[in-house]
Amino acid sequence: MLFNHWPKWLILIALGMIILLPVVVGLGEAMRAAFGILPALGRHSLSIDAWQQLLQLPGLISSLRLTLFSGFAATIIALLLAVFGSSWVYNKSSKRSFLGSLKPLAQPIIVPILAAPHAAIAIGLAFLIAPSGWIARWFSPWLTAWNLPPDWATVQDLWGLSLTLGLVIKELPFLWLICLVALKQIDVTKQISLAQSMGYSHSAAWRKVIVPQLYPLIRLPVMVVLVYALSTVDMAQILGPNNPPTLALVTMRLYNDANVNMLLPASAAAISLALLMVMSILLWEVCVRGLMLINNVSIRSGGRISKWTLLTATLTTALPMSIMLGLLSLLVLAIWSITWRWSFPEAWPTSWSYGYWLALLTEWPLALKHSLMTALISSGLALTLAVIWLEVQDRFGGHFYRATLWLIYLPLLVPQIAFLYGLKVSFLRLGLNGSIGTVIWAHLLFVFPYVMLSLVDSWRALDQRYLSVASSLGPSSWTCFWRIKLSLLLRPLMIAWAIGMAVSISQYLPTLLIGAGRVESLTTEAVSLASGADRRLVGVYGLLQALVPLLAYSFALMLPRWVALKNMK
Amino acid sequence: MSLELNKLSVITSQGHKLFAPVDLVIAKGEVACVMGPSGVGKSTLLNAIGGHLSSDFRVAGKLMLNAIEVTQMPVAERHIGILFQDPLLFPHLNVGDNLAFGLKAKVGDAKQRRRLVDQALEQAQLTDFYHRNPQTLSGGQQSRVALMRALLAQPQALLLDEPFSKLDLDLRHTMREFLFDQARLRLIPVLLATHEPAEAHAANGPLVTLQP
Repeated sequence: MLFNHWPKWLILIALGMIILLPVVVGLGEAMRAAFGILPALGRHSLSIDAWQQLLQLPGLISSLRLTLFSGFAATIIALLLAVFGSSWVYNKSSKRSFLGSLKPLAQPIIVPILAAPHAAIAIGLAFLIAPSGWIARWFSPWLTAWNLPPDWATVQDLWGLSLTLGLVIKELPFLWLICLVALKQIDVTKQISLAQSMGYSHSAAWRKVIVPQLYPLIRLPVMVVLVYALSTVDMAQILGPNNPPTLALVTMRLYNDANVNMLLPASAAAISLALLMVMSILLWEVCVRGLMLINNVSIRSGGRISKWTLLTATLTTALPMSIMLGLLSLLVLAIWSITWRWSFPEAWPTSWSYGYWLALLTEWPLALKHSLMTALISSGLALTLAVIWLEVQDRFGGHFYRATLWLIYLPLLVPQIAFLYGLKVSFLRLGLNGSIGTVIWAHLLFVFPYVMLSLVDSWRALDQRYLSVASSLGPSSWTCFWRIKLSLLLRPLMIAWAIGMAVSISQYLPTLLIGAGRVESLTTEAVSLASGADRRLVGVYGLLQALVPLLAYSFALMLPRWVALKNMK
Repeated sequence: MSLELNKLSVITSQGHKLFAPVDLVIAKGEVACVMGPSGVGKSTLLNAIGGHLSSDFRVAGKLMLNAIEVTQMPVAERHIGILFQDPLLFPHLNVGDNLAFGLKAKVGDAKQRRRLVDQALEQAQLTDFYHRNPQTLSGGQQSRVALMRALLAQPQALLLDEPFSKLDLDLRHTMREFLFDQARLRLIPVLLATHEPAEAHAANGPLVTLQP
């Protein structure tokens, strides 16, 4: 029995080695160092000194509060908006209004935000809402009478509000898309019609009938967003407060401390962050269960009208605002990238320059080359692995698919900073650090789960009868696989690949840490330049970061059409 | 208490009438049938009456429910129940909660509501099924729950879109009798879309055949 299924075990073990092992090793390394064992520094004995050092850090409680507030608030708001946006897409009665006529535009319009890396959105948002940002420039000086930027902390504010805003803007399109995809598995239109025929309002029907069925389908992506929001380093660096910063940034700074002995408390911080994720996920799930119970009581009580007009009104305004801010963030990056002079409070640049872009044409910067190489190879590998994994499951039965699902997503559920530094230490010991190969491997950890996530539903939805018909006609199973299965799945395969490209381009920590500073990418450059003075150069890097995934998406959408046109005249 | 269709017809976005205008009066407790070949627009007519049309369609003519015009009224205010081909029991709720979903909010306290649900279960010969997962029920049982759920909402009229077509012959007959009894008992006008002459005959009420 076991022997018959050897390909399944083989691929499972290979995946374990490629995806799981680095996470486990990295966490293990951090765990050892947190308890005083770091042979590289001559530390060989167990101790809890590192934890004491960590606890004595000034501002730790504020960091914790800030992390929890921005992480939970961003996830809750983005999820509410995404669910609300989905209900709007399905609401028949709103179709006749002006906003309703925009419905077909909703999905294409979020694609740029979806494709753009977190750092690009964060930088663009900072350029937008900073005291010297574009929004302030629109209203100055004619309305505000500002001739100099006001001394306000609209970015990197102490409460982490700008960080929360940035996270919402970036995660909303992702969650929205996830919701819309999941809802295809539910007969939404008929169930809503049914509830409405019993007198339920659209929003009450949505809350009592659809949301309880939707949530289990999107639980995992929501967890991924929660973990990301609680542990992001690049966004926190650009938009979050400096002192005290979020816990992830505290960890990052301890790791980067000039005093190498700080590696020990840094590891303790990394482990705490990982534990914080576990507790946050548990807390989230407990709250969701509680809300579902309350919802069930309310279903039994039979109320037909939602009385939450205030919430609905807020969401109705916040949804277009969030998308608008995301698009404006990308636009302001584009404007800065072709600016020569743009002094406050001018609403537009006073002189333009295409110098940076022209320079790009003559010589590609190293960062662009590295980013493209890493993204192409890691997304190609991820796609190959995903196809092998799914095909082996198809041929040998997919019984343990559910159990392995969580394993595949593990790298997304552990904070990057919690295991990547440990992984770097392990790579160092093996003499593998700082090479582009290890960077690609590190990217693969995060690219593969997203590629799987986007591919698995279409793969499973493929009508198996096509394959039965094909193989009954005689060709080998390999021919059927290539000529029928992969050809039929060309579109989802290409989209999964493009998502892989976008994920790889957006990676900050894996490039920075595993590349040991020697492998620079568009994202590491953009983030490190973000704190500098040259907004034009930041604009170029930020926009490039967003353009590469966008080009990948366009190519992914065009290729299947092109192939179809070529084959059928 | 009656449902009245006055030259009712559905118009597509290109301005075509889907079928010739329909005139029909259904008295309380009466079961009317709408027949016609598949694809002629039986479901669309039912959706128009229930208010479930997508915005690609427009309704022409008049629809009166108990002498009040409801042609353009929002679905939730019409109180016209509908049953689709599939029972569509909500999978996240047990059988009893599916029924409780139909009960209006102003109907009594928790105890009384529970009693009404139990009563409905009894009428559907499903006593002790309260806590069952609806997906574990047979097709006929699911159809009965769906019908009771629609009835608990106290509709002023009931539309049925080939609701029993997925059941086998014997069961279809029993379900039909069950439905007719309930409609007569509760004095609700019922409109049944079907392509089976036997069903139309058994309904023993007004009959319209849709013409393209």
